Amino acid sequence: MENSALNIVVLVKYVPDAQFDRHLTGDARTLDRSESILSELDEYALEAALALTDARGGAKAGNVVTALTLGPASAAAAVKKSLQIGATQGLHVTDDALAGSDASATSLALAAAIKTLGPVDLVITGMASTDGETSIIPAQLAARLGLAQITFASSLELDGTTVSARRDGDDFSEEIQATLPALVSVTDQANDPRYPNFKGILAAKKKKVTTVSLADLGLAASDVGLAGSLTRVTAAAERPARTAGTIITDSGDAGIQLVDFLAAQKLI
Amino acid sequence: MTAIVVYIDQLDASGKLSVTATQLLTVARGAGEAVAVVAGGVAPELLNELGAYGVSRVLHSEQAELGQFLVAPKADLVAQAAAAVAASAVLVDNSAAGKEIAARVGVALNAGVITDAVSVSYDGEALVAHKSVLAGSYTVEARATSAVAVISVKAHSVEAAPAAAAVIPAVELVDVAFAPSSLAARVVTRTPRAASGRPELEDARIIVAGGRGVDGDFTPVEELADVLGAAVGASRAATDAGWISHASQVGQTGKKVSPQLYISVGISGAIQQKAGMQTSKLIVAVNKDAESPIFEIADFGIVGDLFKVLPQAVEEIKKRRG
Ligand SMILES: Cc1cc2nc3c(=O)[nH]c(=O)nc-3n(C[C@H](O)[C@H](O)[C@H](O)COP(=O)(O)OP(=O)(O)OC[C@H]3O[C@@H](n4cnc5c(N)ncnc54)[C@H](O)[C@@H]3O)c2cc1C
Repeated sequence: MENSALNIVVLVKYVPDAQFDRHLTGDARTLDRSESILSELDEYALEAALALTDARGGAKAGNVVTALTLGPASAAAAVKKSLQIGATQGLHVTDDALAGSDASATSLALAAAIKTLGPVDLVITGMASTDGETSIIPAQLAARLGLAQITFASSLELDGTTVSARRDGDDFSEEIQATLPALVSVTDQANDPRYPNFKGILAAKKKKVTTVSLADLGLAASDVGLAGSLTRVTAAAERPARTAGTIITDSGDAGIQLVDFLAAQKLI
Repeated sequence: MTAIVVYIDQLDASGKLSVTATQLLTVARGAGEAVAVVAGGVAPELLNELGAYGVSRVLHSEQAELGQFLVAPKADLVAQAAAAVAASAVLVDNSAAGKEIAARVGVALNAGVITDAVSVSYDGEALVAHKSVLAGSYTVEARATSAVAVISVKAHSVEAAPAAAAVIPAVELVDVAFAPSSLAARVVTRTPRAASGRPELEDARIIVAGGRGVDGDFTPVEELADVLGAAVGASRAATDAGWISHASQVGQTGKKVSPQLYISVGISGAIQQKAGMQTSKLIVAVNKDAESPIFEIADFGIVGDLFKVLPQAVEEIKKRRG
């Protein structure tokens, strides 16, 4: 049992690149997903998985890291990048009926997808997506799958079947322990993600990616998408973009001008 | 009137209501019958406060598991108590734990979950959550379509106000049936974090934040913060360098703040930093590089050396105050 091969699932989300303007579109006010990339917070989850499996001999020793994404056909790019970085295989849940799914519908479909991967030791996720930013999918998945839930891990260790993590909250720093199987979400403090190298990019071409539909997961269209969601966005307004105000160059009295500005704004 | 549950954690801060809890109770009372669900004991003083906020019913549990394991047992308590009172909504604070309780209660009650609400209104039928999304580029209004709505609400959603007439709450002890997997992530150690003595980032009217430009020395930033009664924030470059605690980080993976005034010092204004502060009312930037992107969003920008500008401002403020 000690140090047996691991079966790890890493959630990877294909999200609009925050370097560009992002928009809500359509009657349901859902996110425009063109110009998307692998969520950078998921790179920490992938690194955490690869570090654990590397320590047990990697893919050669039978360790499996599955990069799982849910999204339109284009979301396959998130899986591809994960395979280039080092994931062993990919699983892509895609179905037109999924569009507009809220967290509840998304976690339902992800849980069903994870169940197709056999007994899983660890599900690892990022601390949040960089688009929805709610951080609720990890907790909902743990609840749906009946896994120990360790969220916001800023460090992660595995000893035999005991997983330990540090969770730095505002008031406390906690050390959390669980026995596998578990779900862990990791923060951007947890590690330094590796980049894909040339060898990895070549190797990725030979790795298996399985694409599944809702029917393959035993779900109906009405379980997910807008129909299966339990929340609605009923209004949305774009905030006017911030514009630059007064910019001065210090010529010896900028500190005083700063105080003048604060006084004019009644902030001192 | 349907019951609206407000979750109150008494495991860490026993005996008193947090400011956020009083705000949530005010929202709940405006939309239904406020029911408090408390993890931990209900001290007499707490009961008085709950009564003052118009809470007629308190359900609580002191089962040890609530504190021994991470988050999940608290979610079991909230879900079971909400079901027992047939609640139409559950309100929790927007801390990491609060959001996770909301997430799990959503699964348990098949209820829609909305996080990060900056305010919650009542349209006569249901609660409507207002939130800011995509790093502050949109404000949206969201509601649950399920029988129960679960909403995590940020601080300052409403001005907390006691009820017109205080009531004496009925207190019921609940015996929570914990799911086996809720008792799986054990809290092995808990170390309190040192308090800075300055305002909390989320509560502060003014924040002075320092970045890599402070080059290891937060003194000018702290001195300006102290004369302004401000909280101290930081970029990830500064927290990663170990110059200041990670709890001070503002941005995508730190705190999301919207104070009256955010003074950004020696911070370039990367997209991840902006994600946490660009909804601030006013932004002031001090940076020696005129090309720095922070100036694109600053209401008042100073191209200059922070080690000259900040001490001069501190002296000037002291002088004006005589
Ligand atoms: C997944 C991920 C998450 C992240 N999350 C966050 C986050 O939450 N918050 C965050 O802040 N960053 C975050 N980052 C990092 C972000 O991308 C930037 O690297 C970081 O914000 C840069 O910090 P900085 O502006 O302090 O440093 P720099 O970009 O190095 O800027 C330093 C600035 O100081 C100025 N300066 C130097 N000396 C002086 C002086 N004497 N006087 C005045 N100005 C001076 C320089 O001109 C420069 O503009 C994240 C990155 C990743 C990948």
